[in-house]
This record gives sequence, structure tokens and C-alpha cells, in this order.
Amino acid sequence: MTRLSLADVTLRRGGRFVLESVDAVFEAGRLTAVIGPNGAGKSTLLEVAAGLLRPDAGEVLLGGEPIRAIAPRRLASIRAYLPQSPRAEWPVSVERLVALGLSPQLPAFGSLPARWQPAIDGALARFDLLALRERSATRLSGGELARAMLARAVVAEPRLLIVDEPSAGLDPRHAHEAARQLRALADGGCTVVVALHDLDLAARIADEVVALKDGRLLAAGPARDVLTGPILTALYDMPVKVEEEARDVSIRFGD
Amino acid sequence: MRAAALQLLIAAILALAAGSLLAGPVWLSPASVAGALADPQPNLAKLLIVEVRLPRLVLALMVGAILGLAGAVLQGLLRNPLAEPGLLGASSGASLGAVIAIYYGFAASAGLATPVFALAGALVAVGIAFALSRTGGTLSLILAGVAVSTLASAGVSLALNLAPNPFAAYEIVTWLMGSLADRSWDHVTLAAPFIAIGAALLALTARGLDALTLGERQAESLGVDVARLRLLALVGTAAGVGAATAVTGAVGFVGLIAPHLARPLVGHRPGAALAPSALIGAALVLAADVAVKIAGPALDLKLGVLIAVVGAPFFLWLVLRVRQVAP
Repeated sequence: MTRLSLADVTLRRGGRFVLESVDAVFEAGRLTAVIGPNGAGKSTLLEVAAGLLRPDAGEVLLGGEPIRAIAPRRLASIRAYLPQSPRAEWPVSVERLVALGLSPQLPAFGSLPARWQPAIDGALARFDLLALRERSATRLSGGELARAMLARAVVAEPRLLIVDEPSAGLDPRHAHEAARQLRALADGGCTVVVALHDLDLAARIADEVVALKDGRLLAAGPARDVLTGPILTALYDMPVKVEEEARDVSIRFGD
Repeated sequence: MRAAALQLLIAAILALAAGSLLAGPVWLSPASVAGALADPQPNLAKLLIVEVRLPRLVLALMVGAILGLAGAVLQGLLRNPLAEPGLLGASSGASLGAVIAIYYGFAASAGLATPVFALAGALVAVGIAFALSRTGGTLSLILAGVAVSTLASAGVSLALNLAPNPFAAYEIVTWLMGSLADRSWDHVTLAAPFIAIGAALLALTARGLDALTLGERQAESLGVDVARLRLLALVGTAAGVGAATAVTGAVGFVGLIAPHLARPLVGHRPGAALAPSALIGAALVLAADVAVKIAGPALDLKLGVLIAVVGAPFFLWLVLRVRQVAP
């Protein structure tokens, strides 16, 4: 089981609370969107949830085990994490970049074992990257790189996937496609946690929504219960209307 | 890595090695080398090859390889194509150690005093850099390394400034130029263990360097202990490059250039570039040493000077190219 839970998590930076007694539960097979204005602590929450940042207080449990007690390598083979606007530092090929997602599974020396090739090809295909596989990663457009990074994150079939702003820089078609892939991962039993600014996208794909404001939990629960006019108005300090048509939700800011 | 490139590289090293054994004040023919080595009786050619040219060849290979390897590791670790082994203070620390040995006359009383002091200087310099940057990240490591390097260089300048006589100053300057002339098996046995340990530590960073292509945060998420990686690189560089600088003097640019030549051969993967970079480093130092020998004792061209003269324009080209490629 890969149920991820944060209990009473607090984190200070320079005397300021970045996260203050946040409780959140991310169930296996569910896609949770973390929303909130800039500086609300979304990225920090994701880093804490990924076990990359140790909170000053509180506990993060992955499958009932404290996440800091899990060896980094084992944790890495279960959980994939993608920060906001990731960069490639060297001009490696897209295929090699995606293969880096398999690092925890590889021995310390030697080349990539051939048995991983199908997984790499699959990840490239899922994010429409087959034509770009030999392209150097530093010569990709922002959206292409974002897709390559997503493919890198999912290539090892993680059971917990944490992604910070995956749709930033993607064109509508690829944003839709990336969202569909994340949804499919959750439907396959993976715990998916995604920080999102695009609330329409959140409404479309998320099962649960966690709303953060100023490092505190404003609301958490099923998407339909959190993505409501009053909660979003309080979250963003501006009037927000939520309109539902059939199964579609549209969220409008302003009067 | 493309097999053809690897074969070409190894063939080049073998050819240069053969040239290194044949070239010198007394030129030998391949036939006379074979004859001398096959002769069970001691003879002058055999002595020349085994006691003079072979240790020099072995040192050139060792020193070049560790400089290339350390350069590739540091460029990968810092994700900066302008990083080089001297950045962390190993080279200038070694220089200061050697200068102290020469300045206080230890070098005159014991033959290996200079390399031993140089090695100690390198380890102390990198130790200080590490202590200064222990709690910080990669940037604080670079800053600490630069600070220690600057301090050590200032010490070297001070020694030159206060040199008791022109001969001491001359000796210091000559040592700083870097050379493989007049080295013996003693130098090889002094440097080899440290270079071997350094190379082993540096080789362990390969997988982590690959993951660092994605940046430190993603590398950590992939299970890479970045702090441990930094420590491996630092200790490996201190031992390996410290020992190399201790026996040859300051040889710059090899650690900067070799990784750049190696990366295109392996699709720019920083981990995969380590071995080819070591081979290219060995080839570069060996080629420069053969060139120095061909120039002859009359000219007395120093290895470090030759490499700097050829390396500096390359560095300039690199700066211009990086400026073009950078986004």
C-alpha cells in the first residue's frame, strides 16, 4: 500500500512558517491536486511529502512507515518526484534523459541493461516523444522538455508520483494528454499528488483537492467539495464563480 | 561510447607510449630497444629504458588520467563546463607544500621532500575547503575552494617575494612550471597509491553524476546522496590530483580540456564521460611530454608551460563557444 499521510507538519524558514500544522492524506489510486496562490507553500508541501525535505515537526508516513526511515534508494524506486520547471544540465539525448528515471534500479557501474528498453520506449510513446528520442535535451522547447521530464518520472512505474506544476509550458493538446496520463497512473493504483494552478484542469482530473493558503490548510476533500465558489474566493482573495454544466466544471475569476 | 573512437584513443596512447620510450636526448630504434631488453646482461640502453624512460612514461599516463578523470567528475558535479581539478584547492595547495619544502631547504636534504610536502599541502588545502563548506551546498564548496586556492597562491607568491636567494626563486618557479623530467620509480611509488585511491573514489561518482543531469533536487529524489557525492569527489580529487601535482608540479588545462573532448563521444552523459576523459587526459599529457622530449634538452621546454600554451587558446575558444551555446 502506498497511502501517504502528513500529520501536523510544520516547517519554518528564517523564522517564518512555510507550513503550519498541515494534515493531509493521499490515498493509493487517487489523484490529489494541491492548489493555492503563489507562496502558499505548495512546492514545500510536495517536497516534504516526497521525503526530500524534513519538516521541523510532524510526521510523514508512506504505507504506515515514517518516510525518513525508508532508505533513499528504496524510496526512490517507489516514489517519483518532479520539481517545478526542471532543467537538463547537459545536452543528453531525450532517450537518455528518460532512462535516468531508472537510476535507482541500476547497478553502480555498467551500461543500461537491455531489459529496460521496453519501459523507456513505452514512456517515450506515452508522452509523444518517439520522434524526439535522439534530440538533445537542451535543445527542446519548454513544453517538450516538460513532457520528457514527465516521461522520466513515470518510466520506472512509481507507486507514488509527486509532480509540481506539470502543465506549465504545455500547449492545450499536450496539457490534456499529460493530464490523461496522470489520471491513467492513478487509475492503475498509483498515488498521484500534483500541484496545479490550472483549476479547470484540477476539476477535470482530480479526485481530491488540498487547498493551501499562507502555509495553512484551508480545505481538503473530494474535488467537488473543495472547488466551490466560497472556498476558492477565500483561497485567492478574489471573487470566483464555479459553474457546472453536465459533467464539466468551469471556474471563472472576477465579477 | 563508440567502439571506433575508443580503439583510436587506445591506439594513439600506445603509439605515444612507444614514442616516449624511443625519444630523448639519445634516440633509440625499436630494434635496439628490443635487443637491449632481451639481453640478460645489464646494458646502458636497458638502464635508460627501465630506470629513466619507463617511470616517466608511467607517470605521464597516471598523471594525465587522474587529471582527466578529476576534471570530468568536477564538471559533472558542479554542472559547469569551466570547472577543473584546481578549483577545489588541490593544485595550489600542492604547489604551496612544494614551495615550503624548497624554501626551507628540505628539498635539498631529502630527494622526495618536495612531492611529500606537496601531497600534504594538497590534502590540507582540500581539507580546509571541505571544513569551510561542510554545512553548505555545492556553491559554498566552490567558494571555499576558490578561497583556499587564492590563499595558497598568495603563499607561493610570498615565498617567491621573500626568497633568500635567486636560486631558491628559480627552483620554485621551475617546479611550478610542471615537468616530468628526471623522475624515477620513487616518484611513481609515492604517487601511485594516492592516485589509485583517488581514481577509485572518483569512479564511484559515475551514476550519481548522470542523475545530476536533472539537477540536485531530482538527483536526490532518485536516491542519490548528493552530500556523499561531493565528499567522494573532494577526497578523490585531493588524493589523486594532489599526488599528481606533487610529482609533476602544476600541470593545468588537462583537467579542463579532457572532459570536453570526451563528452561528445558518450552523448554528453557525465558519468559515461569519466573513463574516456581519463584516457584523453593520459594521451594529452603523454603527447605533451613526447613533444617536450622532441624539442630537446637544449630548449628545455617545460611540460606545464607547453600544455598551458596550447591549452589557453583552447580555453578561450571554449569560453566563446559556451557563450554561444548557453541559452
